[in-house]
Amino acid sequence: MIVQRIAWSIPTLLVVVTLAFFLMRAAPGGPFDLERPLDPAVMENLHRIYRLDEPLWRQYLAYLSALAHGDLGPSYYWRDFTVNELFAKALPISAKLGATALALALVVGVAAGAFAAARAKSAADTAVTAAASLGVTLPTFVVAPLLQLVFGVWLKMLPVGGYGDGATRNLVLPVIVLAAPQVAAVARLTRNAMIEALASPASRTLRAYGLPRRVVLAHAFRAALIPLVSYLGPAAAGIMTGSVVVETIFGIPGVGRYFVEAALNRDYTLAMGAVVLVAVSVIAVNLLADIAYAFIDPRVRLE
Amino acid sequence: MAGAAVLLAIALFCLAGPFLTPSAYDKVYPDYVRMPPLLWPHPTETEAREALAHIASRMRAQVAEAWLDGDQLKATLHADRPIDARGLAYFERSDAFGAANILERRDDGRMLDIAAPVRRLWLPAGADGNGRDLLTRMMIAGRISLIVGVLGCAVALVIGVTYGAVAGYAGGRIDMAMMRLVDVLYALPFMFFVILLMVMFGRHFVLIFVAIGAVEWLDMARIVRGQTLSLKRREFVVAAEAMGVRPAAILIRHIAPNLVGVVAAYLALLTPRVILLESFLSFLGLGVQEPLTSLGVLVAEGARNIEDAPWLLIFPAALLTSMLYALNFLGDGLRDALDPRER
Repeated sequence: MIVQRIAWSIPTLLVVVTLAFFLMRAAPGGPFDLERPLDPAVMENLHRIYRLDEPLWRQYLAYLSALAHGDLGPSYYWRDFTVNELFAKALPISAKLGATALALALVVGVAAGAFAAARAKSAADTAVTAAASLGVTLPTFVVAPLLQLVFGVWLKMLPVGGYGDGATRNLVLPVIVLAAPQVAAVARLTRNAMIEALASPASRTLRAYGLPRRVVLAHAFRAALIPLVSYLGPAAAGIMTGSVVVETIFGIPGVGRYFVEAALNRDYTLAMGAVVLVAVSVIAVNLLADIAYAFIDPRVRLE
Repeated sequence: MAGAAVLLAIALFCLAGPFLTPSAYDKVYPDYVRMPPLLWPHPTETEAREALAHIASRMRAQVAEAWLDGDQLKATLHADRPIDARGLAYFERSDAFGAANILERRDDGRMLDIAAPVRRLWLPAGADGNGRDLLTRMMIAGRISLIVGVLGCAVALVIGVTYGAVAGYAGGRIDMAMMRLVDVLYALPFMFFVILLMVMFGRHFVLIFVAIGAVEWLDMARIVRGQTLSLKRREFVVAAEAMGVRPAAILIRHIAPNLVGVVAAYLALLTPRVILLESFLSFLGLGVQEPLTSLGVLVAEGARNIEDAPWLLIFPAALLTSMLYALNFLGDGLRDALDPRER
């Protein structure tokens, strides 16, 4: 089953690359269009260097074969850099941000969800549920400037933006903003799964044995974690999408910000590189989640 | 049903509101740039005095005396040399006053008694960085969001229902192939594709709907397919088949009407996502373009002005949030009511 899953991710990736490639090329305007048109000879040379004068299908095949070797090509906008070099700097920043946010989302979300489920229908449960549905609803690009306003401008506790070479102070707000919707989603999921687990025959049996409530809850908690695994994929995808906003708003030099800039500058290779990178990460996380799921829940393997 | 009530209020606010506010959404008031919200109309007494002092200095004169008499400003200007009456045109150009006229000319024209009507302007939500009424702009933005919500959903609805119903009804290999495609598309980082699409093909208004609809039909297709699969085995469909009704006719006549409940419930949940996506695009500067506006544009502008004009962020953010919250609330309720299986 795992082999089949891995095999399926290759055509998926191919669709991503193909769609992105032809979308970019179908668009009017090129990477070297400036306010003042370049000398035709210069333009021709530029096109030759970047191999834009060749037929489209050859460019496509050349890109694919380079990609297979892990080469994302030269950036059209940052002329002295290759896309790989740019990502080498940007990716660790985005990864650090994303991983911290994901970890935060899991810890806080699971804790809040389990807490609410253990006290189902109490005031605390209602509060957690309401906060979670607000968290799911609030868009990242609204939360980010509001937090900047409160903590950066009014309270002056944290910097409004900037990366500051990865200082913790600079990362607090971006991580919170990135994690917030996922915290809410995880809390919701955990709460519902745990309430379901508490109502299951297994929990009823444990209660019938007269075991303390603590033990029943612990068993239900373990069962509730299973559906969470399959949410990891969407959570990672959500965080990557969120990073586009968060990195743009907070001025963090990560992949998300590069992507928006690259798309605006018609930096074909850089934008493509970002799309490929995100697609690979999403597919990889989904794959890992599926595999983990099969190990945790033996019923899945039988299908 | 609180969600429905809030939503209705917001819709009414956005649709009828612009007719009731004093300013058009693109009318610029240069004197009121980044004016904070104020419950009573501008200009206040202090603002009127400041505006008068400003005009007087441009006329190379000083204000000797000024008072507000109801809706009239009465003032006495004086200068060392005779005052050029043509300078009174500055009154008409300001946002605070109407055309001024001379009551009395004294001291060889070195003293001027004038009267000018005060132009009252109500800016309850303040003005933006260009001096435009934020309240009206929020209403227009809300309209755009509602339109995008409806049209984006319509695109997703047409594609999703057609695709899902055909796949579910055809079954077998065709169904397998069609659903595999959906699986593949699911794995794509779609937000990135929409951004590419918007950048590449210009920021055309219609394109927003197409791009959003093209992204959001996948869930709809899955849900409709599942429902169609179970409907297909029901007696009335089998009977229609036995009577030799063409497959297309069965789909339209017998299957589609039975999908309405599930589709409606899902639509209500899809709408906030579509609105959110449009605001997100507009926030990045890829959606609706000036002078037209959208909640995403307003939030983006607010985010740029948080240091000196926080109301530009707070009001649009509050409107967008309550709109999305109400829609989600309504969607959850509808789903519980119409689709009891999936709770």
